[in-house]
Amino acid sequence: MPPARAGRWPVAQPYDMGEPMPQQPATGPGGMPPAGEWAIETRGLTKAYRGGQLAVDGLDLVVPRGSVFGFLGPNGSGKTTTIRMLMGLIDATAGSARVLGQPMPAAGRRVLPKVGALIEGPALYGYLSGRENLRRFDAADPDADPRTRDARVDRALERVGLGAAASKKARAYSLGMKQRLGLAAALLQPRELLVLDEPTNGLDPQGMREIRALVRELAADGTTVFLSSHLLDEIEQVCTHAAVMARGRLITQGTVADLSATVLGSPGPGRLTVTTPDPADAVRVLKEHGLTGLQTTDDRVTGELPEADDGTGPPELADINAALVHAGVRVRGFGTERATLEDVFVQLTGEGFDVAG
Amino acid sequence: MSQAEGVLRRPRPLWSLGLLRSEITTTFRRWRTLALLAVLAGVPVLVGIAVKIETGDGGPGGGGGQGGPAFISQVTHNGLFLVFTSLAVTLPFFLPMSIGVIAGDSLAGEAHGGTLRYLLVAPAGRTRLLLVKYATTLTFCLVATLVVALSALATGALLFPLGEVTLLSGTSISFGEGLLRALAIAVVVALSLIGLAAVGLFVSTLTSSGIAAMATTVGLLITVQILDTIPQLSAVQPYLFPHYWLSFADLLRDPVYWDQLQKNLGLQALYAAVFGSAAWARFTTRDITA
Repeated sequence: MPPARAGRWPVAQPYDMGEPMPQQPATGPGGMPPAGEWAIETRGLTKAYRGGQLAVDGLDLVVPRGSVFGFLGPNGSGKTTTIRMLMGLIDATAGSARVLGQPMPAAGRRVLPKVGALIEGPALYGYLSGRENLRRFDAADPDADPRTRDARVDRALERVGLGAAASKKARAYSLGMKQRLGLAAALLQPRELLVLDEPTNGLDPQGMREIRALVRELAADGTTVFLSSHLLDEIEQVCTHAAVMARGRLITQGTVADLSATVLGSPGPGRLTVTTPDPADAVRVLKEHGLTGLQTTDDRVTGELPEADDGTGPPELADINAALVHAGVRVRGFGTERATLEDVFVQLTGEGFDVAG
Repeated sequence: MSQAEGVLRRPRPLWSLGLLRSEITTTFRRWRTLALLAVLAGVPVLVGIAVKIETGDGGPGGGGGQGGPAFISQVTHNGLFLVFTSLAVTLPFFLPMSIGVIAGDSLAGEAHGGTLRYLLVAPAGRTRLLLVKYATTLTFCLVATLVVALSALATGALLFPLGEVTLLSGTSISFGEGLLRALAIAVVVALSLIGLAAVGLFVSTLTSSGIAAMATTVGLLITVQILDTIPQLSAVQPYLFPHYWLSFADLLRDPVYWDQLQKNLGLQALYAAVFGSAAWARFTTRDITA
C-alpha cells in the first residue's frame, strides 16, 4: 500500500487494496465491481530507464471495475510509462501489474483483446484510408472475427463521427481526426477496459464534449475507463475515481469526491463564500458563528465552516444568512464551494499544475 | 454495443492469418514497394535495349564474351538468355537492396510511425508479428525475382528470337524445358535472398528508425559484397551470405552441378536461423517506447 514513501506529501488512502472499498462509488447502471476484483492493480510497479532515472517509482495503483478512473499528473510524471507497462509494451524493472485480474505482460494474449487502448496519441498509416487503418488494426487482433470486420469498422467510425471521412487517406487527417480514428480503433470490439491516454488532445471544444459524452456512454455500458490527462477539469467532469502522480510517484488515489474532501480536510460543509459590499461587518458576524480562516478579497469573504464534532452540529446555513441580514449586512451572493481538483493538486504537490516534475 | 455477442464468439485459428494477409496487401499497395518493383522491372528492359542497339549497329555481334555480365553474349541468339543475364545483373545489388529496404523497414518503420504499439496491444503478439513480417519479406523476395524474370522474358521475346536453349555444357534443350529451368533459377535466386532478409529483419528490431535500418542493411550488404572480392579473405568468404549467389548458373548445366547450389541454400538457411533467432530474442524482450 502506498506508503509513507510519498515523503512530504500527505497521503490520502480512502480505500485499502486487499479489502472492499468502504464506499462504493456511483458507477452507472450495472457497474458495481465484483468484490475484490480490480480492473487494474499494480504492486510496487517500478520502471528505471537507462542511467537509473526512475520514471515510475513503486506504484500501487488500484482501479475498481466499472469506474471512470482519472489518472492525473503533469507531463513527465510517469503516466504514459505506467500505461505502457500495463499494456505489456515495456517491462517493469520491479513490481507487478494485473489487468482484468490477470498478470501482465504474461497474459497479454488473453487480456488485451478485452482492452481498447489509445496510448500517447494516435499512430496511423498515412498511406491508408481511415477505414483501411481500422481494418488493419482489427486484423492484428486474433480474437476479431473477419466476417463482422466491415460492420464493426463502420460502426466504430460512426461512433467517433468519422463516417464521412472514412475513405480519406489518414495523412490528410487533422490532429483531431487522427485522435478520433485512434479512439475508433479502441472501440472496434466490445471492451471491458478502455485505456485512454490524453484522449482529448488536439480536439476543439466541441470534439472534447463529444469525447466526454462518449466516455460517459461507454461507462454506462459497464466498461471501465482509465483516462489519463493533464487537464484537471476534464477528469473532474467525467471521472468517478482519480489518482494523482507527480515525479513518478503516486501521491494519492480514491473517489473524486473523497479526494477533494480528504485532502482539503473539510469532509463536511466545506468553505462558505459570501459576496457583499460590507465585508467588514460580514467578517464580524461570521466569526461569531464560529467560522475560521476568514479571508476577504474585495467584496468576497470566505471562511471554513466549523467542524461538526463539538456536539452542537454544524450551523444551519440559512441561520447564518439570516444573521448576516439581521446585522445589516447586504448579501449579494451566498454559498459553499467544494474544493476543485486543482486545489487538491496544488495542495498535494505544493506546486502549480503545469510545472513538469 | 452488444457485449454478449462479443463475448460469445470463439476465436478461430485461421483468423490469425488475417494479419499476414493484411501485411502482404498493405506492403504491395505502398507506392514505395511498387516503385522498387518498377525499377527492378526496368533493368531487363535497359539491358535488352542496350544489347539490341550494340548488335543492331553492325558491331562485332556484341558477342565478344569477355567482360560484361554472364550470358550476355547469348542474348542475341535466344531472348530467354535475357532472363539469366538480368538475374545475374540484379542479384548482386538491385535485388538485395530492395530486400534491404523492405526488411529493414519492416519493424523499424512501424516503430517509427508508432503503429507498432497499436499492433502489439491489438494484440498481434510479438512472435506472430515477427513471423508475419518475415513471411512478407520472403514473399517480396519471390515477387521481386519473378518481376525481373518476367520483365526479362517479355523484353527478350520482343527484341530477340526465341528457341532451343544451348546449355553451358553444350547440350541443347527445348524452349519449354528452358522456361522451366528459368523458373527454377528464379526460385533459387529468391531463396538466395532469405539470408539477407533475416539480417534485415534483425537490424529492424534494433532501432526505431526505418531509414537507419534500411541504410544499415544495405550498408552491410555492400560491405559483405566487397569483402567477398578481397582474395586475402578467402578463408572467411565461404561464410559470407552472397558468396554462392551466382551458383544459380549451375542449373544451366547438364547434368546440373548441385554442389554450390546446395552450399548456397544451406548457407541461407543458416543465416535465416541465426539472424531469425537473434531478431526473435531481441524483439520479444524489447521495450517499445516509440
